[in-house]
Amino acid sequence: MSKQLPTKFGEYGGMYVPELLIPALDQLEQAFIDAQQDPDFQQEFKSLLNDYAGRPTPLTKTRNLVSNPKVTLYLKREDLLHGGAHKTNQVLGQALLTKRMGKTQVIAETGAGQHGVATALACALLGLKARIYMGAKDVERQAPNVFRMRLMGAEVIPVNAGSGTLKDAVNEALRDWSASYQDAHYLLGTAAGPHPFPTIVREFHKMISEEIRAQILEKEGRLPDAVVACVGGGSNAIGAFADFIDTPEVKLIGVEPAGKGLHTHEHGAAIAKGTKGILHGAYCYIMQTPQGQIEESYSISAGLDYPAVGPQHAHLHDIGRATYESVTDEEALNAFQLLARKEGIIPALESSHALAHALNMADAAEEETLIVVNLSGRGDKDLAHVQQFLKGDAHNG
Amino acid sequence: MDRYTQMFQRLESEKQGAFVPFVTLGDPDVETSLAVVEALVAGGADALELGIPFSDPIADGPTIQKSAIRALGKGVTPRDCLAIIHRIRERHKDIPIGLLLYSNLVLAPGIDEFYRLAAEAGVDSILIADVPLREAEPFMAAAKAHGIEQILIAPPNASQATLQQIGELSSGYTYLLGRAGVTGTETAADMPATDLINKLHEVGAAKPILGFGISKPEQVKAAIQAGAAGAIAGSATVKIIEQHLDNKDMMLTRLTEFVAGMKAATNK
Repeated sequence: MSKQLPTKFGEYGGMYVPELLIPALDQLEQAFIDAQQDPDFQQEFKSLLNDYAGRPTPLTKTRNLVSNPKVTLYLKREDLLHGGAHKTNQVLGQALLTKRMGKTQVIAETGAGQHGVATALACALLGLKARIYMGAKDVERQAPNVFRMRLMGAEVIPVNAGSGTLKDAVNEALRDWSASYQDAHYLLGTAAGPHPFPTIVREFHKMISEEIRAQILEKEGRLPDAVVACVGGGSNAIGAFADFIDTPEVKLIGVEPAGKGLHTHEHGAAIAKGTKGILHGAYCYIMQTPQGQIEESYSISAGLDYPAVGPQHAHLHDIGRATYESVTDEEALNAFQLLARKEGIIPALESSHALAHALNMADAAEEETLIVVNLSGRGDKDLAHVQQFLKGDAHNG
Repeated sequence: MDRYTQMFQRLESEKQGAFVPFVTLGDPDVETSLAVVEALVAGGADALELGIPFSDPIADGPTIQKSAIRALGKGVTPRDCLAIIHRIRERHKDIPIGLLLYSNLVLAPGIDEFYRLAAEAGVDSILIADVPLREAEPFMAAAKAHGIEQILIAPPNASQATLQQIGELSSGYTYLLGRAGVTGTETAADMPATDLINKLHEVGAAKPILGFGISKPEQVKAAIQAGAAGAIAGSATVKIIEQHLDNKDMMLTRLTEFVAGMKAATNK
C-alpha cells in the first residue's frame, strides 16, 4: 500500500505492531490527513485551544533567575495551559479525531497522570468515554491526579504487570486496543509509538514553536539562540522544536533525565545511554539488556520515566540537528526551587530538567545569549513528592 | 521437503488436522521446560510452537505474560532457549518446530545472525508477533537466506490487499487469528472462521492453523470442520504449567493428557 505520510524519520519509527492493529493505524492516518485539510476541523481545534485551553500561552522574560548579564532567558508558559501542562494541546486534537472516526471510547496510558488528566478533561468536554491505564505504583504516587481523572468521569485502571509504571501502562493500553479498536481510539500521549502517532503528536503540539517564534520576534526582534525542552517520550520538546527544525541558527536542545547519574542504572536517558531497538511499535533508542529485554528506567519525574524516546528525536540526534543533554534529579530539584524563589513560578519536575540545563548554559555563556525554555507544565502535582524529598535530604544532611 | 509439508502430507493421508501446543521456553526453568516439551510430544503434538520470553509482550494476555515473567525471573536468555530447541531437535528429527517471539529479541544480535542461530538450533519457522507485513521485508530476507519459513498472521479484519500479500508470501503455515485481542482463553475464538479460510485458500496462502482463544477439543474439531488445517493452543497449555508449579510430575502428566485430548479431536 502506498503511504501518504512518511512512516519513518531516517531509520527510526515504523509500525512494529501486531497485524491486527494495522487497519486501525491506517484509519487514524487517513482521518488525520483529511482533518489537516479540513477548515472546519482546524477551526474547531483552534477555537478549543484558544477559548477552552487558554492559548496562546505567554512568553515570560525571567527577571531575577539569571545572574549573567549577557544572558536573556524566556519561559514558554505551557504551565498556564488548562490541565496544567502542554499535554492538553494534542489531546484536544486527537479527541476531535476520535469523533471524526465515529468512535465513542478513548483508551490512554499515563505515568505522572498529566496525560491522563488531559485525556479525562477532553473526553468530559466532548462526550467520550475514557479508560486510562496507569501503573499501580504510579496510581499510588500520583493520588491527586487519579482523583482528578475520576472526578471528570474517566475510568482509571491500575496495571500491576511488570514494574507497574508507564511502560506497563502502554503495554496494557495496546492490549486493550487490539480487542476494542472498532469503537475505541488509542489516544497515545507522547511523540513515540507506531506511525502515525509521532507525526500526529508533533503536528498537534507544533503551535508551541510557532508561538515562540512570533512572540520572541515581537519582544526581542530576533530569533532565540537556543530552545531548550525536557525529553521523556518527547512530546513537549518536539512541539517546541518543530517550527525551528528548518531554521538552523536556532539551537535545539533536548534534556533527558539522568536520575541518580548516568554512571548508575537509575536514569531514563535513552539517547545518551540507550541502544537501537524496538519498543511500543517504533524503532528508536531504548534502554535494554544486550539480549534485547527492556530495562526499567528511573527519574524523580514520573513524566520522564520512560525507557525509550520518540523516533524523530532519535533522528534529530543522529543528523546533529538537535543535541541531547542530561540533568540529574538533584539538579532538577535545585532548578525547581530556584524558579519558585526567584520568579514565583513552581514548575513541573519534568520542566525543571530543561530549566536546570538552561541555567548551566547561562552560567557558561561568554557572549550575548537568548534562550527559550519550554516550561511544559506546572509543579502542583509534584508538591507532596518534592516536600518528601527535601525532608529526606534534611534528615540525611 | 520441509517439515511442515511433510507433516501436512502425513496428516492428509491419515485424514487428520494438526494440533500444535504453544509453551514459553524456560518456563518455569530450563530443565523443566525440556521435560514440558517432551510431555507435549508424548501427548501427540503434530508440531511445536515455542516462545522466547520477552519483557514487554504486547500481544499476550495475562497467562502467557506470567509464563514469560517466570522464565525471565530464572534468568532465561534467548540463547538458553535456542539450546533447549537444539536438544529437542536431536531427539525428534521430524517434528516441525516454530518460534514465536517479539522483534526486539531478533534485533538484539542482528536479524541475520538471529535467523542463522535459529536455523542452527533446528528451528523450522519464525513468527514475530509485532512485525506486520509492511515491516516484514528484512526478516523475510533473513528467513530465506537461512532456510526458515516466515510465518504470517491472517487477522479477522485483514483487508483484501493484506490477504493477497499473504497469498504471495506465506510459507510453512498461515497463523489464522480466531478473534481480535490478545492471547488467552478468557475470550473464545469466533467460530466458524470459514469465510477467512476460504479467502486464504483462494489467494493460495500456506495452510491455515487457527489460534487465539482455543482451549477445548470441541474448538479444535470446529476449526478443522471449518476448513482449518489445524489448531494452536497456547494459554490453555501454559495454564497447566502455572497450575502445577509445585508438582512437576503432575504437571507433565496433565500436559500429556491435555495434548492427547486435543489431538483426538483432529480426526476429520
